[in-house]
Amino acid sequence: MSAQADTTSGKTLLARLQTWWSNPWGKPRFLVLFTWTYVLWSLVPVAIAVLFGFNAGRSRSTWQGFSLRWYYQDPDLSVLHDPSLRDALVQSLKLAGLTMLVATPLGVALAIGLARWSGWGSRPANFLMLFPLVTPEIVMGVALFLVFVYLFGFIQLGTQAQLLGHVTFTVSYVVIIVRGRLFAVGREYEEAAMDLGASQWQAMRMVLLPMLTPAIWASLMIAFAISIDDFVITAFLMGDQSSATIPVKLYSAARAAPSPALNALASILLFASMLAITVAILVMGRYRKKEGAQGSAVEDFARLDL
Amino acid sequence: MSKVDDERGVVGERRLLWPSFALPGVLWLLVLFVTPLYAVLAMAMGVMDPIFGDSLPVWNPLRWDPSTFQEVLGELFTGQLGVVFLRTLVYVAVATALSLLIGYPVAYYLARHAGRYRVLLLMLIIAPFWINYLMRMLAWVNLLTTDGYVNQILMFVGALDAPREWLVGKHETVILGLVYGYVPFLILPLFAALDRIDQRVIEAARDLGASPAQAFMRVTLPLSSQGVLAGCVIIMLPMFGDYYTATLLSGSPKTNMIAKLIEQNINASAGGSTGAALTIVLMVFVGLLMTYYLYSVARATREARS
Repeated sequence: MSAQADTTSGKTLLARLQTWWSNPWGKPRFLVLFTWTYVLWSLVPVAIAVLFGFNAGRSRSTWQGFSLRWYYQDPDLSVLHDPSLRDALVQSLKLAGLTMLVATPLGVALAIGLARWSGWGSRPANFLMLFPLVTPEIVMGVALFLVFVYLFGFIQLGTQAQLLGHVTFTVSYVVIIVRGRLFAVGREYEEAAMDLGASQWQAMRMVLLPMLTPAIWASLMIAFAISIDDFVITAFLMGDQSSATIPVKLYSAARAAPSPALNALASILLFASMLAITVAILVMGRYRKKEGAQGSAVEDFARLDL
Repeated sequence: MSKVDDERGVVGERRLLWPSFALPGVLWLLVLFVTPLYAVLAMAMGVMDPIFGDSLPVWNPLRWDPSTFQEVLGELFTGQLGVVFLRTLVYVAVATALSLLIGYPVAYYLARHAGRYRVLLLMLIIAPFWINYLMRMLAWVNLLTTDGYVNQILMFVGALDAPREWLVGKHETVILGLVYGYVPFLILPLFAALDRIDQRVIEAARDLGASPAQAFMRVTLPLSSQGVLAGCVIIMLPMFGDYYTATLLSGSPKTNMIAKLIEQNINASAGGSTGAALTIVLMVFVGLLMTYYLYSVARATREARS
């Protein structure tokens, strides 16, 4: 009886699937399946890698139960207790934090300057700003390495050189983000403020800067995320192992010394950048809602030229 | 009359104000982006130290020694370098074509039919942007090890009798890595281009008697060609500078790409000159792609401003 019920429900499921597939008025079935398969393919491997950071055993291909051993419990091999892994985490956070704090003001000023300055030199300056975005990272890595070794010898390879390099390639992203907001805001508010008696400087400080706040927040977060994510330039400008970051550690240990602790370290990096991006999207979303804009902040993000 | 004076005063003030905002950023890029690029040139045209055998840069263009550069150019068309260069071209071409085949349907579905899943899907598709590239490669290293899930599944299904060594010098693994790594970067510009297409144009084509396939081939595809081109350029630029994918997923000289040779040479004291010369070859090569990309960005910016 129950077996019969099973077969009928199985049949109806199959039949429903068949009608769903052959319904000519619905959405294109092939595209639906294709897209969701793609999404699974793009995210499941990473999810598995995160999962194995929580594995109780040493294997990265057989699940042996859940534990936080590789995060902090293991006295020698966990991220917290293995000095090489812990130092990489600290170096990554330090570098990304400093980069964010230097690149954002520099980029905001550059964006305002480039958007409003239309005299001689503004076109080459705009072009110069776009260039780092399209230069392959290895070219920038080699170039910065050579200049620090042979020309600016007073700057040590290591954290100093890495910070300068990171700011150089994040600044343009900040400019792109802030520039989008500047175009959206327009000049009317500032001009209105100045008609009402504000000086240029007051109009900037009391009208324009508050309106740029969401973009500045997004810039801070994105500069952090881009910096913590970087591998090539960080690796070229690394003095010795003490300035290795998480991506550098992943590169050198993924084949040579794999362990679930490496997965745990990578997962921490993942959580950090996801947190930064979520904050950026939420802040932008809040401001959008306040201003009654249509659509969602996620779509704004997708349209950024990153 | 006084109004004109006022405006003139404002304009005069602005003429200095806006460039001074841009100045720190522009200076930063001149010192830490343009100068390093010149250092690459100085190194490529440099000399060998007669005592220690190290490569040294020559800063004065009048004393440049093009012999290393000529050597590299000669090898590029005949010797061992040529093989690596050709392999890089093939990898990038195949990976870009596959990325387009995977990315186009996904972008199309997202732009046209995703409906209420649009924001969710967009978030899932953007997610890989903010997951570290090396973490995503580490995920595949875990899956593709000898006793990993890929071999387990293939043997369970019966496609393999014995586990396959995916991670040792396999072209298909490197191409899989490149496609997996870069396809999200192609989907977003494509999505933006497809999303911009006015739905009514396609409806008009259908009303005038075009079949869905004809409407796609004659309307949607040509209108999205700009996005296809931009997406391909965006993923080809970093692919040409990629050395880590092949190192992590294959680790064999058989699958080295051109950037790997740059990295090896730059890190060896005697190879600096060769490494810099190779970097210049790479730059010139992607220069064509870059020029096109900058041109299209500039055009999009002009459209956004007007």
